Amino acid sequence: MNSASPKSVSAHRAGWLLAQRDLRLGLRRPGEWLQPLVFFVVVTTLFPLATDPQMSRLRDIAPGALWVAALLSSLLALELLFREDGQDGSLEQLAVSGLPLSWLLLAKTAVHWLLTGLPLVLVAPLVATALGAPLAAIPSVMGSLLLGSIALSLIGAVGAALTLGLRRGGVLLALLVLPLAVPVLIFGARATALAIALEPIAAPMDLLGAIAVLAATLAPLAAAAAVRISLEE
Amino acid sequence: MNWVWFHRFGSPPYFFRVAGKMVPWFASLAAIAGVAGLIGALGLAPPDYQQGEGYRIIFVHVPAAVLSTMAYAVMAVAAGVGLIWRMNVAHAVAASCATVGAWFTFVALATGSLWGRPMWGTFWEWDPRLVSELVLLFLYLGYMGLRSAIDDTARADRASAVLALVGVVNLPIIHYSVDWWNSLHQGHTLLKFGKASMPSSMLVPLLLMMLAFAMYFAAIVLVRARGEVLHRERNARWISAAIGPP
Repeated sequence: MNSASPKSVSAHRAGWLLAQRDLRLGLRRPGEWLQPLVFFVVVTTLFPLATDPQMSRLRDIAPGALWVAALLSSLLALELLFREDGQDGSLEQLAVSGLPLSWLLLAKTAVHWLLTGLPLVLVAPLVATALGAPLAAIPSVMGSLLLGSIALSLIGAVGAALTLGLRRGGVLLALLVLPLAVPVLIFGARATALAIALEPIAAPMDLLGAIAVLAATLAPLAAAAAVRISLEE
Repeated sequence: MNWVWFHRFGSPPYFFRVAGKMVPWFASLAAIAGVAGLIGALGLAPPDYQQGEGYRIIFVHVPAAVLSTMAYAVMAVAAGVGLIWRMNVAHAVAASCATVGAWFTFVALATGSLWGRPMWGTFWEWDPRLVSELVLLFLYLGYMGLRSAIDDTARADRASAVLALVGVVNLPIIHYSVDWWNSLHQGHTLLKFGKASMPSSMLVPLLLMMLAFAMYFAAIVLVRARGEVLHRERNARWISAAIGPP
């Protein structure tokens, strides 16, 4: 690895600085992170149009509609994660900085989730109510989306790192990430379905949390390895 | 422990030579076990008292299903070896496993659905095992897609190796989550062939067919890996010594 610069920073501080930078850049370009959000809302609107708009029927398809839309929206957002930094060389600088790349990528992914995952959670009450979820179910629905979107961002980061700089990256990214996201989809939709039925959701939430923690532990390592591979040409 | 035998396989000429010698052995074992297994499976094994003759498709279905997961395991191990020790030959083996494994997965799904039509009355049932198998097929397709999208062989090797390892961590999670998902929806598991509940006249042909499939897998992967090594080393000098001048 390169020798540390004279004014070397700790990994902790570097991650924090990187997160601040990413957040500032993101907030100055609201169009980018608003698109996945709008996509999420529009896709969930399409489900009642394509099926029976009776509230009792909608309640049955609501978990599926919410989670498939969330999954596709997170997939759409993944292209934002590394593309810009990969093109202008910032990612390369991070890789040769001598700091743990997995930690820096975790910081980047966290900001990415703040900008593209958290908005889905915040808009979920609106969408869930429109799909017939009772008011009492809203906190649980939001909770499940919170954990699930964290896991989806982390799993997606590996896929985004693997397809970095590829020409047909978008479709390939979907092919790589969607099978890996199956457990999140299952437990998330299950938790949402139980919440809408006003039943306890502890079991799927525990598993969803476990997946999120596991992804937070392992996904940055895999993403760092993938970024290094993508950069060496 | 002496690891020289292992490191020797990192050398393409050595691998090419040894693999070439091993292929006929695996292939003939596959042929012998396959013929014996088929005679036992189609001729000697009695018809099932519930399913009649239709159950005989398991003699292809079960080995294909077992091999489909085993091929993924072999692929992931080879990919890990290639990633850790930067062994080009291991990457060639991993790349060769993917197509074969994907075909086994496809065969398992196709035979399962052909069997399901008369037995369950439907070609496709959202049974946990079927869904796990389908997701496995998607993982294979993703692996192959990633490989084909990257032009540089070295980068394709290493990127797909990371994907294979990520997939191997995820496979058990996917398997159990799918199990759990379905157990809440419907209770039946029709696809249950307990080993103990099977008479030996059915079990022995089944094991022979599994052996045949495994040997076939070993042979075909080595053939493909040899081709892959030849392609990668196409400019090396040892090739003209190994297979004669062009």
